[in-house]
Amino acid sequence: MNAPPGFPAAMPIGEDELQAYVDRRLSGERLALVEAHLAAHPDLGQQVAADRRLRDALRGQLEAKANEPVPARLRIANIRAGKRARLGGSLLRIAAVVAIFVAGAGGGWYAATLQNPASTRAASTATVAQGATAAYRTFVVEVAHPVEVDARQEAHLVQWLSRRLGRPLVAPDLAKFGYRLMGGRLLPADSGQAAQFMYDDQSGKRITVYVRQAEGGNETAFRFRREGDTSSFAWIDQGFGFAVTGMAAREELLPIAEAVYRGFERVEETPAPRRN
Amino acid sequence: MANPGALLEPLIPSLRRYAYALVRDHDAADDLVQDTLERALSRWYLRRDGGDLRAWLFTILRNLHINAYRRGKRQGAHVPFDMAPMPGTPATQEAALETRDALAALDQLPEEQKSLLLLVGVEDFSYEAAARVLGLPVGTVMSRLSRARQRMRTVLEMGRATLLRRVK
Repeated sequence: MNAPPGFPAAMPIGEDELQAYVDRRLSGERLALVEAHLAAHPDLGQQVAADRRLRDALRGQLEAKANEPVPARLRIANIRAGKRARLGGSLLRIAAVVAIFVAGAGGGWYAATLQNPASTRAASTATVAQGATAAYRTFVVEVAHPVEVDARQEAHLVQWLSRRLGRPLVAPDLAKFGYRLMGGRLLPADSGQAAQFMYDDQSGKRITVYVRQAEGGNETAFRFRREGDTSSFAWIDQGFGFAVTGMAAREELLPIAEAVYRGFERVEETPAPRRN
Repeated sequence: MANPGALLEPLIPSLRRYAYALVRDHDAADDLVQDTLERALSRWYLRRDGGDLRAWLFTILRNLHINAYRRGKRQGAHVPFDMAPMPGTPATQEAALETRDALAALDQLPEEQKSLLLLVGVEDFSYEAAARVLGLPVGTVMSRLSRARQRMRTVLEMGRATLLRRVK
């Protein structure tokens, strides 16, 4: 290749390389290229130098914090002792939850046949999503009482909510998305009721599945709705409004909403509504 | 499997540092770390084998922080970052001013940008590990990191302008 001296034919400098340069993660040929590029573009060179100074300054200011002795209350032994005293055998609790899960997945329990619920005002996907978002915001931040009935009593929870909503419900299994059922609760929704199932993943991120009476509401496809950092997929099906809500991207939420839709479809034991 | 304590304790100093930079209150930061460790212990046997323990813990801490922040927001307890006073420190040199104010400037950034700068710049997370903690593709992390650094520069320039006005 006949590149002029000092200008070897090479990939152009990327934003990612500038960041890696700020973090001192470049070496060899690319480092030399970035340095040459910055020397040739003084404005950019100054910005990058400022980024480096700021990065180092931030590190310097926070260094002392990491060098402090660890307080006694954060010692693992003390945390474990505290947990045992408060909860008693956390491992046993986990084992119990897992056992219920397995039983639930294998048994496929269904709620008893139910009576018609009190009639409620027709709801749109927007009101369903609104209700779901409000409920999400109220309870997802709850540390002490995120759910009314927890997953250890899943069969009871599902039966109870099914009876109150007048519809066989399931707590959909979202394990393949990494979400585990925490439990659920009953909520008011206009003149009727709504059920909220809450799930969390192993990092503590929470999503909810919300079901409310929506008699007279027309069947709809999925509608996506975002309010601040909270997203919902909502739809109306067979007189009920459904929403899957979380602080998650549309792409993450959509497959979950589809799985939830299929889960409730099965429970109805009626022909699946047409979807386009 | 190794005793959780032996794996967790070496990570506590950096968890405390991250927590402190996020909440800027020593006690609240340690509360956050304690909640993180409790949660990690209660899910210890659900954790994926061979997963990055450090990234997992930082993810838990960040999610707990976000949940708590949202709770605070509902109660109207937090100060929106536009309203927060920019502490100005007289300095003779630009660089000295920058150095002293890096943490104060960080306080003005949204949580995601804050976390990015802390994870990558202070905690030495790889870009891939930082992407996992934030739940973003690594390409997105690179462009958001670039934006976060630009924002830091802007905040400091604005801080300097405010300071100059005050001095006049």
